[in-house]
Amino acid sequence: MDQLITEKLSKTYGGSSMALQDVSFSAPSSGILALIGRNGAGKTTLVRILATELAPTSGSASINGIDVVREDKRLRERIAIVPQEARTISWMTPKQSTLTYLMWRGFEYSEAKKRAEESLARLKLDKYADTLNRKLSGGTKRKALAAMVLASEADVIFLDEPTTGLDPISRRDFWEILRELAKDRFIFLTTHYLEEAEQLADTLAVLGGGRLVAVGTVSSIRGRIRYQYSINLPAGSPVPGVAQGEVTTGRSGEVQILTNEDEAFAISKKLSVAGSRFSIRPVSLDDIFFQLVGESTQGEQEAAAPGADGGWSA
Amino acid sequence: MRRSYSSQLVAAILVNSVYEMKNYPINLVNTVLSPLSFLVVIDFVSKGALIGQAIEGGLIMSMFQSGMSLQGDISHLKNDFKLQDMLVSSPASPAVYVIGMAASEIIYNLPALAILVILGGIYIHPGAFQAVELTAALGLMFLTSITIGFMFATLSSDIVQSFAWSRLLTTIFTAITPVYYPITYIPLPFRYLAYLSPTTYVAEIMQSVAGSLKLGEASVISDWLIIGGLAAVLLVVVSRNARWKEA
Repeated sequence: MDQLITEKLSKTYGGSSMALQDVSFSAPSSGILALIGRNGAGKTTLVRILATELAPTSGSASINGIDVVREDKRLRERIAIVPQEARTISWMTPKQSTLTYLMWRGFEYSEAKKRAEESLARLKLDKYADTLNRKLSGGTKRKALAAMVLASEADVIFLDEPTTGLDPISRRDFWEILRELAKDRFIFLTTHYLEEAEQLADTLAVLGGGRLVAVGTVSSIRGRIRYQYSINLPAGSPVPGVAQGEVTTGRSGEVQILTNEDEAFAISKKLSVAGSRFSIRPVSLDDIFFQLVGESTQGEQEAAAPGADGGWSA
Repeated sequence: MRRSYSSQLVAAILVNSVYEMKNYPINLVNTVLSPLSFLVVIDFVSKGALIGQAIEGGLIMSMFQSGMSLQGDISHLKNDFKLQDMLVSSPASPAVYVIGMAASEIIYNLPALAILVILGGIYIHPGAFQAVELTAALGLMFLTSITIGFMFATLSSDIVQSFAWSRLLTTIFTAITPVYYPITYIPLPFRYLAYLSPTTYVAEIMQSVAGSLKLGEASVISDWLIIGGLAAVLLVVVSRNARWKEA
């Protein structure tokens, strides 16, 4: 099966600032892989290395058996990227942008024009095809960028935070585009939005402080974390004793108990008997993220201590 | 799939000149007017005596401006639109990208060049050999300016900085230096400073070819050697140091 593989991938900027540290994982290169992490977690660095824009300091990576460093020219035949902060060129139209992007990839004019028109129609952008990019809304501009890579022959597409700054409706529109793109290609997506990752990702990777914290399907990651259930109590409710788990109180007094399945069952039984109001659900990706990244940050602090033996990978 | 280099070349021309001129014609007016504005002033002030030098100056300025525009345009596309990042992760050829962008600057300047060439035909009326010499000198000017422009573009990370450099270099190398007037107008102690500018050598060659500046054969040959050598050195420096992608 086609795979994305990284082996102890590290990147240091300016000799001291370590953006990525020993990132090792493998994942199927099909569907959507969502890479999540906080600002500065190393998401963009990882994307840029995989997209052959940036050389790693050490380690290796390959996509579908093609090495990203040694065979970069070969890999570029099969990849396309919409970088973070990419913008449509203001003096051009979506059609002109897509056409010229394809020509830059080496398509003849007539073929590029045909593909550009098809791609814009597929993303329902045909009515904006001849409108200047600067006159388009933020969401439509993002779609126009997606149309450019969709029109290409690339079967691996990197999208670095493609929905940042979009309103919720435009974001959901964009998800449809991503699902469309993922029908016949591998989409490597970075995002800040956990809901987005949960909705779209076939594979999820979590970066924290330049290290890989977890990788797998959302359900497999959920199974790997310490607490799989969340019990929520309204403000002022009596809080039962929790043998295994974490209890946090929100600003307005609501209580969240993160715990394992057995404890969740026991607690909910006690609350039911006491007639308390509560809700119980499997942990959300938000909860998982906070657990994983929290542990990762703690790990970093331990690693920074003299004599500590830090570093782990999936 | 078989990839077409000519398509890549045409893409650069479409993006950086054709679509820009088509969608924002005001840029075209600006490009045409800037070399012509000095020409008009010099023609009026000299009561027509320096029209030949002014036309040659306009041609040199136009060529030099092309290189400086390349600097601003590449920086703009790279830093503001992240186009270069998109192209790095694609089969686009870096060399064809640069050649295409350079060609796009010439295309962008074609209207101004066409007017200046027509004026040159009327007021300078060079013979065939002189026309070849003038074209060669302008070609070397273009090569020098695009290498300077490309070098600055690869180093620049901010478009405001790029445009400031572009304006500064154009002013220094085409308005202050003896491009629109003969070098003999500069008092001697300061005349040597003019030789720090590559445009001075091209201006001397062109003024000499057109007969408006009397230069010895040795001076003309040394001008050709200096501008040719400079263009070659800059080309080597740029090809070794230009950054298509980050290390």
